[in-house]
Amino acid sequence: MSDFELNSQTPKGSLENRWTQHKFNLNIVNPANRKKYNVIVVGTGLAGAAAAASMGEMGYNVKTFCFQDSPRRAHSIAAQGGINAAKNYQNDGDSVWRLFYDTIKGGDYRARESNVFRLAELSTSIIDQAVAQGVPFAREYSGYLANRSFGGAQVSRTFYARGQTGQQLLLGAYQAMSKQIDAGTVVHKSRCEMQDVIMIDGQAKGIVSRDLVTGELETHIADCVVLCTGGYGNVFYLSTNAKGCNASAAWRAHKRGALFANPCFTQIHPTCIPQQGELQSKLTLMSESLRNDGRIWAPKHQQDCEKRPEDIPEHDRDYFLERMYPAFGNLVPRDIASRAVKLICDEGRGVGHAIDGKKLGVYLDFAKAIEKFGLDGVEEKYGNLFDMYQHITAENPYETPMRIYPAVHYTMGGLWVDYNLMTSINGLFAGGEANFSDHGANRLGASALMQGLADGYFILPTTVSNYLAQQTPIDITKSYPEAQQTLQACQAQLDRLLNAPDPQKTPDEFHRKLGQILWNACGMAREKAILEAAISDIQALRKQFWQQVKVTGSDKTLNQTLERAGRIADFFELAELMCIDALTREESCGCHARVEHIADDGEAQRHDDDYAFVSAWQYSGNVSIPVLYKEELHFEFVRPTTRNYK
Amino acid sequence: MIFTLHIWRQHDANSQGNFEQHHIDVSEDTSFLEMLDALNEQLIRTGQEAIAFDFDCREGICGSCNLVINGTPHGKHRATTTCQQYMRDYAGENELWIEPWRATAFPIIKDLIVDRSAFDKIIQADGYIDIRTGSAPEANTMPVEKHIADDAFDAATCIGCGACVAACPNASATLFVAAKVSHLSSLPQGQMDQQRARKMLLAMDEQGFGGCSNYRECERVCPKEISVSNITTMNKLLYQSS
Repeated sequence: MSDFELNSQTPKGSLENRWTQHKFNLNIVNPANRKKYNVIVVGTGLAGAAAAASMGEMGYNVKTFCFQDSPRRAHSIAAQGGINAAKNYQNDGDSVWRLFYDTIKGGDYRARESNVFRLAELSTSIIDQAVAQGVPFAREYSGYLANRSFGGAQVSRTFYARGQTGQQLLLGAYQAMSKQIDAGTVVHKSRCEMQDVIMIDGQAKGIVSRDLVTGELETHIADCVVLCTGGYGNVFYLSTNAKGCNASAAWRAHKRGALFANPCFTQIHPTCIPQQGELQSKLTLMSESLRNDGRIWAPKHQQDCEKRPEDIPEHDRDYFLERMYPAFGNLVPRDIASRAVKLICDEGRGVGHAIDGKKLGVYLDFAKAIEKFGLDGVEEKYGNLFDMYQHITAENPYETPMRIYPAVHYTMGGLWVDYNLMTSINGLFAGGEANFSDHGANRLGASALMQGLADGYFILPTTVSNYLAQQTPIDITKSYPEAQQTLQACQAQLDRLLNAPDPQKTPDEFHRKLGQILWNACGMAREKAILEAAISDIQALRKQFWQQVKVTGSDKTLNQTLERAGRIADFFELAELMCIDALTREESCGCHARVEHIADDGEAQRHDDDYAFVSAWQYSGNVSIPVLYKEELHFEFVRPTTRNYK
Repeated sequence: MIFTLHIWRQHDANSQGNFEQHHIDVSEDTSFLEMLDALNEQLIRTGQEAIAFDFDCREGICGSCNLVINGTPHGKHRATTTCQQYMRDYAGENELWIEPWRATAFPIIKDLIVDRSAFDKIIQADGYIDIRTGSAPEANTMPVEKHIADDAFDAATCIGCGACVAACPNASATLFVAAKVSHLSSLPQGQMDQQRARKMLLAMDEQGFGGCSNYRECERVCPKEISVSNITTMNKLLYQSS
């Protein structure tokens, strides 16, 4: 791989004017010429559907792909809590600047100021757009929009639709995209998974896809490719992600030359339902909004952990977040809450089922909230979440406190992108969770929906246009040797998965083992020796995978075992990069807690002099020896301080 | 818990299907789909092809999962998607019959997987509010009475799983259509388009779904408890627009 200069294309000048000025400086395509251009969008969740709808409206020919049976099923749908916007409807002192500041601080000063400011600036337009589409946000009795507060903020700026905000926003984007499918500007293909990027003369000019029903590999040519393919949390096997979420599109782009940024920045969400058994296939998140009214506690004394929570008197309960962080209490950011819960359970004060001899759970108690708002009031706000909890655990949270434990939820890391959301591959863009752009080392609650939609509705249509304006439209009817070569490489990979020399174990058996290694080494606490051991364990297990993975059925038909095996093969390589990244970052910041860099009082120690950079990794041809590029982060408008939520 | 399973296997859309018998031993805290995962792992280990079934979020919101269990779409536990059914719900039942949705408009792709793209086509017909990106007015310029917003929300919770169709003797998608019409057309933003109900019903017809004869089976099996009163709302809008 050739050496190159990492240029973030970040504009200069006053922060408020950067996006406006930048838009003015970008090239645009005359409306009459737009239909000459073809754009491929892979992944049709919030970012992808919003981008496809908007670019379709502009008049480009958009081709979209998703592996689910409909774009309406993308995992954005599962986001519960809400979406932030600096509307200041509550008159509580909110502003674009405050949202910007909270997000930069929440990310522990590991994100670009320019990007984060643009995100905060666009937040208000997203709400306008969604409301106009008919997204039924919660309203006050007055008929005006309601807000609630969320972790990491002291203002109420979160818009929500009960516990189904992601569902409603996704349906809004899906419907907008459906409108363009009807209009003929968007052509969509469901049950179709990207296998690789087609590179022509150093530019991304198409993809190879696999039709998951017929098994057929196909090539698609376009003037540029946009990946909105989500995060890689499922590398851990157990996570709150949907089962189908995978890193394959991003990873295969990485192997074609796209740098992968901050892979070790993975968010562990504090409020998930603890694991119940060994067959468990995923973990379920309970919205962070529950921390608004629920109080987190554990027994003060280890001997009380076996008791029923109702039998533990008030003075024997430790409301540890309120004790440790009196200013923010139960509303501290996710990484801080998660670490505190881990600390309590590591002390032996956890509750609930024991997994491998350890009780991993604490209580989230609504008794006070029920006292204050009544059962109806609590049901109105959280009804669907309480029902979900009861389905899964067979316990009634209106009567007994919920049990929660942290779980992998979101990945801040992703494909490195410049200010235009273009990866280091010319013509390849990445939006939403698939990129690394805005959340630094920790994402605040209600910011993922905001980022996905800002990228999709407003940023990508502008920056993709700028790119297209500089391209001569490619002839998509022609056949390109590069496309055929890429297709053959994809076929070879499928053949290899189907024909392991000594097939013995199912893909999931390997995935579960990989997940355990990663959760222990690259989860809530990371340590040099353990990371080093994990890297060699991953290498060994990966070797075994290619020797022993057993995939039944053929590649010429619908074959979910084969799909899964392909995704796991990519997770195996990404997992190693995550550990290498965690090992290289010798500091603690946000989600990344290196045991060697935690103060005696448990606070994370950031080392700004040496590590105020984005680590952007280049594939070298050998996954075990990636090349590190550092994008230095400059803070002109906020001064990085120690994050203090006390 | 030990179960005898009778599972529908069908190689592809054009081949003949049949029930295949299996046995499984799982704990009561296993979810229904995790039980099938475990069975599939057994099958793969013994060199057989895994049973194909749709799933994704496994928390009851994406609408992917769609099994008919002992004759009921989504299974025994009411107001619950297949993925949120737990084996403890089936204590005392030794035999489970597992089938795909059955409807002309939902052709079988393989085993338990059906093609529900007809639902996407219905949404494409007019299941949206026509607002160009960037042209929206300030969100609070149009207040919406809380009870109207709440009703719109209740209709909007439809997850598009298709259980309503699977349960209906006519394989009608009227509840699915009505939920979307009622969501969009009761909000002031969506009232300008008065042809929504007509266009979406026409699309439903074209896609091969039957009509509504008020059996109300749809409401009974809906995992999100979408009410048939949405059909009344839609009918009213139809009269008003004609």
